[in-house]
Amino acid sequence: MNVNSNGYTYTFATVMVVLVAVLLSGTSLGLKSKRESNVKQEKMQSILASVGVEVDRSEAQAAYDEVITKVLTIKGGEVVSEDRETGFNVDMAKAIKSSNMEREVPLYLANKDGESFFIVPMRGKGLWGPVWGFVSLEADGNTVVGANFGHKSETPGLGAEISTPMFTDQFPGKKISEAGIFQSISVVKQGTSSGDYAVDGISGGTITSNGVNDMLADCLAPYAEYFKNI
Amino acid sequence: MSTEVKQKESLFSKKNRKLISDPFNDNNPITVQVLGICSALAITVKLEPAVVMSLSVVFVMAAGNVIISLIRNLIPNRIRIIVQLVVVASLVVLVDQFLKAFAYDVSKQLSVFVGLIITNCIIMGRFEAFALANGPWKSFMDGIGNSIGYGVILIAVAFFRELLGSGALLGFQVIPDSWYIANGGFYANNGFFLFPPMALIVVGLIIWAQRAKNTKLIEEN
Repeated sequence: MNVNSNGYTYTFATVMVVLVAVLLSGTSLGLKSKRESNVKQEKMQSILASVGVEVDRSEAQAAYDEVITKVLTIKGGEVVSEDRETGFNVDMAKAIKSSNMEREVPLYLANKDGESFFIVPMRGKGLWGPVWGFVSLEADGNTVVGANFGHKSETPGLGAEISTPMFTDQFPGKKISEAGIFQSISVVKQGTSSGDYAVDGISGGTITSNGVNDMLADCLAPYAEYFKNI
Repeated sequence: MSTEVKQKESLFSKKNRKLISDPFNDNNPITVQVLGICSALAITVKLEPAVVMSLSVVFVMAAGNVIISLIRNLIPNRIRIIVQLVVVASLVVLVDQFLKAFAYDVSKQLSVFVGLIITNCIIMGRFEAFALANGPWKSFMDGIGNSIGYGVILIAVAFFRELLGSGALLGFQVIPDSWYIANGGFYANNGFFLFPPMALIVVGLIIWAQRAKNTKLIEEN
């Protein structure tokens, strides 16, 4: 057999591609549930971290069930569902495509040491890919308790700093509305923030900072109506 | 004729053992051939990802070498580089999938570098230079040898970087807290060790030490 003939080369390439495709898709399907449960636990970890509960991934489910008392789904300021799974499984990437009042977004109600909190999920655009996070609010639906952010591929040392304490530690105590009017929290040029409605951005990470700024405004807005009436 | 000779040769003959031991010292992929430097810089800030990376490379390298060696007489010469790429890419995707399922936190730290095993020149280099011309057992030994030679340096670099940069090893604090200036002591972590340039310097120092000991590595000119 001439292994260098055209016909053989094509056959070899075809057989190889099919074999590899079957092998890889098989593995991917086989491990899917395990991968998804990891991602789910990580999401629970981030939700809990926004109210200051730090747990290992293996304990995330138990802590989540204990701390998170309710998961509401909000649309246009009204509660449309109280089912825990429905809220948790909302795909924020899809949800943010519709306008503020149209989208169905989850609101987590947490209870830690007798105090209750709201936790708002967010999702937006960074420089290279999506950014996301969770912001927790006091029971007044106005004062921020904590925030954490994640990102897919922001620049290490610059945009990626949004997930470090240096950035997130600025959030506790900030407010999102003034006298019942929704304000959001702006991310401004580093060193220029003042007052209750602004935090410092990251020098050298301007586009990521702006992305977080837009994300905060965009993702907090759908809850403004709901918080007004509590 | 040649097959008869191979059959007579024992599995751990001197020649075969040399395949494993050579890459540790005389022919180390990082310090002597200076290949695979990219990942040596990127993932050696902490010991744990370096260990996982090394294990992943050992797997990809050994399995890849054996696969290439088994099908070496079937591979059409004109697409052999593509075939090598497909083999290494599939193995890497497999490793990535398993890490995501069973070592999720580490896989997040390694992020793109698992995928970049594909571009690790050591792997393609051994496929092309060794596995295409040798039997599976020899190729296996060669793969193990080279990937461990790579891993040893990676782990050594990560050891120094984590120890001096974060005062920890595998995430456990080893420098006593009371030594730190913040707690009234005299010690501070050297933040420079956390940056990639320091990895290059550490690799350089290792090369220096190795050549000082093993004088036959010193070039003549």
